[in-house]
Amino acid sequence: MEALYAITVGMLTACSIYLILRGRSFPIVIGITMLSYAVNLFLFSTGRLVLNQLPIIGNQESYTDPLPQALVLTAIVIGFAMTAYSIILAVRVRGELGTDEVNDPSPVDDEGQR
Amino acid sequence: MNLAIIVMLPFVGALFPMLVSHKPRWVSTALAAATTTISLALLLSLAPQTLNGLIPSYAVDWLPSLGLSFSFRLDGLSLLFAGLILGIGLLIVIYAHYYLSTKDDAGRFFSCLLLFMGSMLGIVTADNLILLWLFWELTSVSSFLLIGYWFHQSNARRGARMALAITGAGGLALLAGILLIGNIAGSYQLDAVFAAADTIRAHSLYLPALILVLLGAFTKSAQFPFQFWLPHAMAAPTPVSAYLHSATMVKAGIFLMARLYPVLGGTPEWFTIVTLTGLATMLFGAYFALFKTDLKGLLAFSTISHLGLITMLLGLGSPAALLAALFHILNHATFKAGLFMIAGIIDHETGSRDLRKLSGLRKFMPYTMVLAVITSASMAGIPLFNGFLSKEMFLMESYQQHLFGGLSWLVPVLATVGAMLSVAYSIRFVHGVFFDKAAENLPKTPHEPPLMMRVPVIILAGLCIAVGIAPMLFVADILTPALAAVSPAPMEINISIWHGFNMALLMSVLAIVGGIGIYANRADLLSFNRQFDHHDAKEVFARIVKSVTNFSDALMNRIETGSLQRYIAALLILTVVFVIPELYNIEQLTGGREQLPINVVSLTGAVIVILAAIGTAAFHHQRLTSLMMLSVVGLMVSLTFVHFSAPDLALTQLVVEVVSIILMILALFFMPQRIPRASSGGRVARDILLAGFVGGIVGTLNYALLTRPANSISDFFLENSVSGGGGTNVVNVILVDFRGFDTLGEITVLAIAAAGIHKLLNNLRPFMPSSDVDGRPWHRVKHPLLVQTVSQAILPLALMVSVYIFLRGHNLPGGGFIAGLITASAMILQYMANGVDWVKHRFNYNYQTLAAVGVMIALFTGVGSWFFGHNFLTSWFTHVDWPIVGEFEIATAILFDLGVYLTVIGATLMILANFGQMTTRHRPRQEKH
Repeated sequence: MEALYAITVGMLTACSIYLILRGRSFPIVIGITMLSYAVNLFLFSTGRLVLNQLPIIGNQESYTDPLPQALVLTAIVIGFAMTAYSIILAVRVRGELGTDEVNDPSPVDDEGQR
Repeated sequence: MNLAIIVMLPFVGALFPMLVSHKPRWVSTALAAATTTISLALLLSLAPQTLNGLIPSYAVDWLPSLGLSFSFRLDGLSLLFAGLILGIGLLIVIYAHYYLSTKDDAGRFFSCLLLFMGSMLGIVTADNLILLWLFWELTSVSSFLLIGYWFHQSNARRGARMALAITGAGGLALLAGILLIGNIAGSYQLDAVFAAADTIRAHSLYLPALILVLLGAFTKSAQFPFQFWLPHAMAAPTPVSAYLHSATMVKAGIFLMARLYPVLGGTPEWFTIVTLTGLATMLFGAYFALFKTDLKGLLAFSTISHLGLITMLLGLGSPAALLAALFHILNHATFKAGLFMIAGIIDHETGSRDLRKLSGLRKFMPYTMVLAVITSASMAGIPLFNGFLSKEMFLMESYQQHLFGGLSWLVPVLATVGAMLSVAYSIRFVHGVFFDKAAENLPKTPHEPPLMMRVPVIILAGLCIAVGIAPMLFVADILTPALAAVSPAPMEINISIWHGFNMALLMSVLAIVGGIGIYANRADLLSFNRQFDHHDAKEVFARIVKSVTNFSDALMNRIETGSLQRYIAALLILTVVFVIPELYNIEQLTGGREQLPINVVSLTGAVIVILAAIGTAAFHHQRLTSLMMLSVVGLMVSLTFVHFSAPDLALTQLVVEVVSIILMILALFFMPQRIPRASSGGRVARDILLAGFVGGIVGTLNYALLTRPANSISDFFLENSVSGGGGTNVVNVILVDFRGFDTLGEITVLAIAAAGIHKLLNNLRPFMPSSDVDGRPWHRVKHPLLVQTVSQAILPLALMVSVYIFLRGHNLPGGGFIAGLITASAMILQYMANGVDWVKHRFNYNYQTLAAVGVMIALFTGVGSWFFGHNFLTSWFTHVDWPIVGEFEIATAILFDLGVYLTVIGATLMILANFGQMTTRHRPRQEKH
C-alpha cells in the first residue's frame, strides 16, 4: 500500500510539474492546484498510513497522528487562497495584456515562446 | 553626549536649508552657518579636556551582536580634524553664499554640504571601526551629491560618478579590511583594536587586512594609481572643491592611515607600500600640475601631490615624520582652501579659469593678488609661511631615513625634485594669473570680489602667516595630543623656523632655486612633455565601466530571458541536482515499518487518480476537460483522506474542491478559448523528462518516509486534548487551541488574499466573449428554473448542516473551516442559480466586513485570556447542564472557531461573489482572436 501511495504522489507531482512548465496561465494554475494536492498528500503521509484509527478520543486503543492532519487542513485552505489569487491574477493579466502567455512578450530566443 | 550632538547636528541641520529653499538665500546660509557654529562651539567646549590629555567619549549600543556601537571619541587626532572640518566648513559656507549664482539652488547646496560635514565629523570622531566605515560611505555618497551639484552639466555628472565609483569601491575594500581587523582583535572598538595591535601585526592575515585598508585610504585620498578621479571632481562648484579637496574628503584617507597607524603601521610592509605610493603620488601630481591650463586643475594636481607628501610621511613613520604629517595636514588645509577660494574668485569675477586667457590681473584685483601670493608662498614652502615649516620637516625626514639601504639617498633627491616642482607650479599660479600684460577678451571685466567673499581667504592667509611666524604659539597645543594619538613613542614638540645650516635648509634652497629655474624654462619642459601621448584617465575609466556594463548586460540577457518556464525549469533542475546525492546516500530505500496490504479498492482509487492526473496534463489544451479531470483528482484525494483516518481533511478537501473548481470554471470564461500554438516536441520531451525526474524523487522520498517508523510529538496532543482543550476531536483542538496562534495567522492570510483579489478585480476590464469560439451564442436562459428551485430549497438545509458541523467540530469531525466552506458554497450556489442581482436584493451584506469581523473575533478571543491572567489564546471550558439536550460543553475555543467560520465565509464569498459579478457588471463584447 505504501508503494502505491508513493507512486500516486509521485505521479501527481510529475503531472503538475509538467503543467507548471507550460507557457500559458491556465494550465499553470491547474498545475499549481494539483501540486498542492500532491504536497498535501505528502505532508499528510508524514503521519504514516493508518487505517480505522480516527484522531477522535473515544473507545479506541490507538489513534493516528493528528498533527499532520491539522497542518494539512490549514494547508488545504491556504492552498485554496493561493489558487484563487493566482487564477484572478491570470484573469487580470489577460484583461490588461490581452494574452494569457506567461513569458515576456519580447523574449530573446524562441524557446521562451510557449 | 555633546560629542554625539556635534556629529549629529549637521545631519539634523541638513534638513532645514532644503525646507527654506524658496526663501531668500541668506536664510539658508544663516541656517547652515548657525548649525556649523553651534557644532564648532560644542567642539571648542570639549577641546580643553582633549588638550589636557583626556579623551572625551560617548557610547550607546547599536547592534551589539554585530559589534557595532554608536560610540564617539575625541582624542587629539579627532580634535585636529574636527576643528579643520568645522572651521573651514564655516568659512566655506560664508564664501559659498557669495559664490553661488542666483540660478543655483542654495538650499540644496547647503543641505548636501552639511550632510557631508556631518559624515566627515563622524569619520574623525568614530570610536568604532564599523561606525567609522558607515560615515566613510556617507562621505562618498554626499560628496557624489556635491560634485554633481550642477547636474545639468555632463562633466559634473561624470565626475561625480567617477568619484563615487572609485571611493565607493575603496570603501568596500575598507570594510573587508575592517572586518579582518575586527575579527583578529575580537572587537571593533578602537581601544580594543589598539590594545590588540601586536596580535594584529603578527597575524597571518595582517597583509591582506593592510592592503584592503590601504585600498580604501588610497582611493579616498587620490593616491597613485587612483588619483584620476580627483581632477574630474573639479567639475564641482569651487566652494565644494575648496572644502572637499583641502580639508575634508581627501584627508579622510590620510586620517584613516593616521588613525590606524598604531595598529597597522611600523612594519616593513606598511613602510614600503605607503612610502613608495606617497612618493610616486607626490611626483606625479607635482609634475602634471605644471601643465594644467585650468586653475582648478592645477590646484587639483597640486593637492594630489601634497597628499602624496603626507602619505609618504605617514609611511616613514618616525615620530618626527608623523608630527610633520599632522602639521602638514593643518597647513595644507589652510593654504589649499584659500587657493581654491582664490581660483573661485578669479573665475567668478573674470568668467574664466583658463591660465592661457588669464594674465595681468594685478591691476584689477590687487587685494586678491596679495592673498594669492601669501597662500602660494605657503604652498611653495617659502620661509615665514606655514608651508615652509612642514615642508622642511618633510625634507629633513626624507634625508634622515635609511630604510632602503644603499638606495636610501634616492628618497631625499626625489623629495627635493618634488619640492622644486611644487615651487614651480606655485609661481605659475601667481605669475600666470596676476602678472604679465593685462588680459583681453575675458568674458567679464575683472574687478575685486565683494568683501565678504574675500574674508574667508583673508582669515586663511592670516593663519598661514601666523603659523609660519610663531608655530609653537599657535599649533603646538593642538599637535601634542594629536601626535600622542598617532605615535607610539611620545615626543616633545619643537617646531622652529631656524634650525641652523643643515641638509633640510640646503634642500629647501635647492627647491626654491630649482623651482624658479623650472618655471623660467617652462616652455622647453612643455614641448618635452608634448612628445608623450597622454591617455586621459577619464577615457580609460569610461572604457572599463563600459566593458563591465556590457559584460553584465550580456550575462543578464543569458540568465534573465523573460521566460517563466526557463526560470522554473532552472529551479527544478537545481533542486534535482541537490537532492540526488542525498537520495544516493540512503542505503536502503524500504524502511523497517510494517506495511499495509493493498486491496482492490485502493488499487482502483490509485489507478483513477493517476489516470486523471495524466489526463489533466495531457488534455491541457482542452481546458474544460482538463479541469474536469482535475476535479476527479481532487475528489479522489478527498477519498484518500477518508480511507486513511482523516475525516476532517476529507470534508475540507471536498468543499474546497467544489469552491475552487467553480472558481476556475468562472475564470475559464475570461480566458482564450483556443490556444494557437503548441509546444515544440523538444520542449515537451524536456518537460516530461524533468517532470518525471521530480515526480520520481518526490515519490521515492515519500516511500522512504512511509516505510520508516514514525516518531511523533503528537502523544502530548492526544493525552491533553480532552483534559486541556475540552474536545475529543484532536485535529480541531489542535487548530483552535494548541496551535491556535497558527490558525489565527492562517485566517489572517486568507483574509489578506481575499482582500488582494478584491483589489485585483478593481477596474478590471476582462475579455468577455458574447459567444463561444465557434460563434454560437450563450444559452438564453441564464438561470434555469430547476436549478433555482432546488438551490433555494437547499440553502436552509445547507445552513443547518453547517451549523451542526460547526457545533460538533470540537468533538467530532467538523469545525469552523468546514462549516464556513459549506455555508459559502451554499451561498455560491445561490449566486449561480439566481444571479448576482437576486442575491443582492435579499442578502446585501459586505463580505469584507464579514472577513474582518471574523479575524477580529478570533483575535479578541485570544486577547480575552489576558484579562484572566492567562497567556494569549489560553482556552477555557466548562460543562453546563442544558435541560432536555443534556450536558453541554462550552469552551472559549468555540468563539475562536466562530471567528474562523466567519473569516472563511467572508473570504470565500469575497473572492467568488466579486469575481462572479464581473460577468454581469460590464457589457459583454466580442473577443478578438
